[in-house]
Amino acid sequence: MLTYTVRRIFSLIPVLIGMTLVVFAIIHAIPGNPAQVILGQRATKESVAELTKQLGLNQPWYIQYFDYIKALLHGDLGISLRTRVPINEEIWPYLTATIELTLVAIIIAVIIGVNAGIISAWFSKSWFDYAAMVFALIGVSMPIFWLGLMGQWVFSIELGWLPTTGRENVRDPVTAVTNIYLLDTLLQGRFDQFTVVLKHLILPSAALATIPMAIIARMTRATMLEVMKSDYIRTARAKGLRMFWVVYKHSLKNAIIPVLTVIGLQTGLLLGGAILTETIFGWPGIGRYLYDAIGYRDYPVIQSGILIIAAIFVFINLVVDLLYVFIDPRIKYTK
Amino acid sequence: MSIEPILQIKDLKVSFQSGKKFLPAVDGINFDLREGEILGIVGESGSGKSVTSLAAMGLIPSPPGRIEEGEIIFDGKNLKDLPEKEWRKIRGNQISMIFQEPMTSLNPLFTIGNQLVEAIRLHTTVSKANAKKQSIELLKLVGIPRAEGILKEYPHQLSGGMRQRVMIAMAMACHPRVLIADEPTTALDVTIQAQILALMKDLNQKTNTSIILITHDLGVVAEICERIIVMYAGQVVEQGDVRTILKNPQHPYTKGLLKSVPNLKSKKERLYSIPGTVPTPGSVPKGCRFAARCTEVFEKCQNETPDLYKLENEGHEVRCFLHTLKGRRDEHAGVTS
Ligand SMILES: Nc1ncnc2c1ncn2[C@@H]1O[C@H](COP(=O)(O)OP(=O)(O)OP(=O)(O)O)[C@@H](O)[C@H]1O
Ligand code: SF4
Ligand SMILES: [Mg+2]
Repeated sequence: MLTYTVRRIFSLIPVLIGMTLVVFAIIHAIPGNPAQVILGQRATKESVAELTKQLGLNQPWYIQYFDYIKALLHGDLGISLRTRVPINEEIWPYLTATIELTLVAIIIAVIIGVNAGIISAWFSKSWFDYAAMVFALIGVSMPIFWLGLMGQWVFSIELGWLPTTGRENVRDPVTAVTNIYLLDTLLQGRFDQFTVVLKHLILPSAALATIPMAIIARMTRATMLEVMKSDYIRTARAKGLRMFWVVYKHSLKNAIIPVLTVIGLQTGLLLGGAILTETIFGWPGIGRYLYDAIGYRDYPVIQSGILIIAAIFVFINLVVDLLYVFIDPRIKYTK
Repeated sequence: MSIEPILQIKDLKVSFQSGKKFLPAVDGINFDLREGEILGIVGESGSGKSVTSLAAMGLIPSPPGRIEEGEIIFDGKNLKDLPEKEWRKIRGNQISMIFQEPMTSLNPLFTIGNQLVEAIRLHTTVSKANAKKQSIELLKLVGIPRAEGILKEYPHQLSGGMRQRVMIAMAMACHPRVLIADEPTTALDVTIQAQILALMKDLNQKTNTSIILITHDLGVVAEICERIIVMYAGQVVEQGDVRTILKNPQHPYTKGLLKSVPNLKSKKERLYSIPGTVPTPGSVPKGCRFAARCTEVFEKCQNETPDLYKLENEGHEVRCFLHTLKGRRDEHAGVTS
C-alpha cells in the first residue's frame, strides 16, 4: 500500500509539470505585448515598461518559466496587479471559503445521492425508485442559477428562514483560524456563530449539491443493480443474511468503486465551477476572486487560481485512486 | 423402505413473469429427500434444476418469479409461505446451498475469514475469536491445508477448487441438515472435480447431512448418489435408485443422457448428444414434452400428456407412454409400421 502510494505520487510529477506549462503559457497566449494589453491603450510607456519588467517579460521564455517554477516551489504565486498584495497571502481566505462550500455540498450530495441510489436499486420499480429517478432527471437538467434564485426567493425573502448572501453575520464576524468557519466556530465554542454559519451554507450548498447528487444517485443505482445480480450476493442471501446487510455490506462495497470516480470528478467540477453559485449567493470564494481578476485582466491572479484548482483536481484524483486500492484488494496485486 | 424424508417437494410449480404472462419453469415437481442420503438431480440446461433448489431455499427472485402452488416440507413443516424472517433462520442454518460458479460465488472484497465468520455468527452466538477457531476447523474439514493463513486471504488469491472448498466449508458452517449443491463441479477440471465429489461423499458420511446434488453429468451421479431424479422441461421424467436407472433406463430421455456420458472405451468417437433443445417455458408443446426429440415417439405422445407411471422396481417411476402397462407394444408397433 505504501509503495503503491509513493509510486502513485511520483507518477503525478509529469502531470504537475504539464499543468505549470499550460498555466505559464496563458500570459504568452496574449497577442502583442501582454503588458500593454493588461494596462490598456491609454497606459504610459513607463508603466508598460515597468510591468514588462515586473512580469519578467523582457527575458527569454525558458528563463521566465524557470523563474516561475522556482518561485512556485517557494510558495510564491506572484503579486496581484490589482491589489499589489502577494497572491499567496490574499488567495487563502477565498480558497478556503470555496473548499468549505464544496465540501458541504459534496457531503450532502454523497449522503443523499448514494442512499437514494441504493434504495432505488434495492426496491427497484417501486414508487420510491420512480420518484427518485424523476427527481434525479430533473436534478441533472436544472439550471443552478435558477435553482439558487428560487431558493433565495422562497426561503430568504418569502419565509425569511435563511440569509440571502454571504457566509457570516457581518456585524459579528467569525475569527478566522483555519478559515473553514464551521470548524473555527466549533473550536472557539461559538455555537451561536456555528448556527449562523450553517444557515448561510444551506442554500448555496444545496444549490451546488443538486447536480452531483442526481448524478451520484443514478450511478449508484445502476452499479447496485448490476452488483445485486452477482453470484456472491446470492451466496450472502443463502447464508441467511438479512437484506439490509446484503445491501449495505456486500453490495455497497462492490458498487461504490465506480461511484467514487464520479464523486471525485464532481468534487473537482464543483471547485472549479462554483463561480455562478458564488456570485448569486455573494460567497467570497475562489470563483468570485477569479471572476474579479478576469475583469481586471489580473493575469498573475488568473494563473494562480487556475493552477490551484487544477492541483486540487489532481489531488482529488489521487485520493480516489488510493481509495480504490484500499477498497479493492485485487488492484494491489495486479499492478 | 420407509425412512422419514427430511425434505419433501410436493406438486411444486414455479413461474416467471415474461411480459404480462407467468410462464412455468418448474411444473408439478414431486420428490423426497431422505435423511442422510445423496440424491442426484440431472437434466439438461433449462430443465428447472436450479429453480427447484432455489425454491427450497426460499430464494426464488421475486419479481419476476413466484411459487404458484405446491409444498416445501422440511422437517414436517411447510415452508412455502414462510415469512422472510423465518426463512433467514433456515437458510444457511438448516438448509445450505453451494453454487456452480466458485470463481464468482465469494465476495471479492472481503477476506475468506470475514465471510466464514459471518456465516457462523449469523446463526450462533459465539464470540469472534471462537468463530475464527471454528472457521479454521471447517477449513481443515474440507481439506484445506494452512487453514489459518487462508483466513486472511481474498478469494482471488485462491484457485477454483480451493474456492469451492471454501464455499462448502461456509455451507457446512452451521451443520445444516440439508446441503443443496447446484452443479458444484461443473466449472472445475476433472481431477479437482473428483476431489470435491469425494469430499462431499465424505462429509455426508461423517455428518449425516442429506445432500441434493444437481448436475447434468450422469457420470457424477453414478459416482456418489443413491437415488436419481431426471428432470426435463420443468418436470420429473424418471426417478429411481441409481443402479436401476443406470443399468436399465426406461425413459427415452434418460437413455439419451446416458449415451452422452463420455465413455472411456469409446474415447475417439464423437460424443453423442440428444438432437434439439429443451423447450423454454411458454413454448412447451401439447402432449409429451419430450416428443419433438424422442426417438420412440408415437401418435399418442403428440396428443396426450403422460403421467409418472410406477414400474415393477420399488420407487422406479417414469413419465412415458411406453410404460403404460396395457398394450404399449401394440401402440408402438402401430406408428412404426
Ligand atoms: N431469474 C429468472 N428469470 C426468468 N426466468 C428464469 C429465471 N431463472 C430461471 N428462469 C427460467 O427457468 C428455466 C429453468 O432454469 P434453471 O436455471 O432452473 O435451469 P437449470 O436446469 O438449472 O439449467 P442449468 O443446467 O443451465 O443450470 C429457464 O429456462 C428460464 O427460462
Ligand atoms: S411419451 Fe412418447 S414422446 Fe414422450 S418419451 Fe415416451 S415415447 Fe417419447
Ligand atoms: Mg442451474
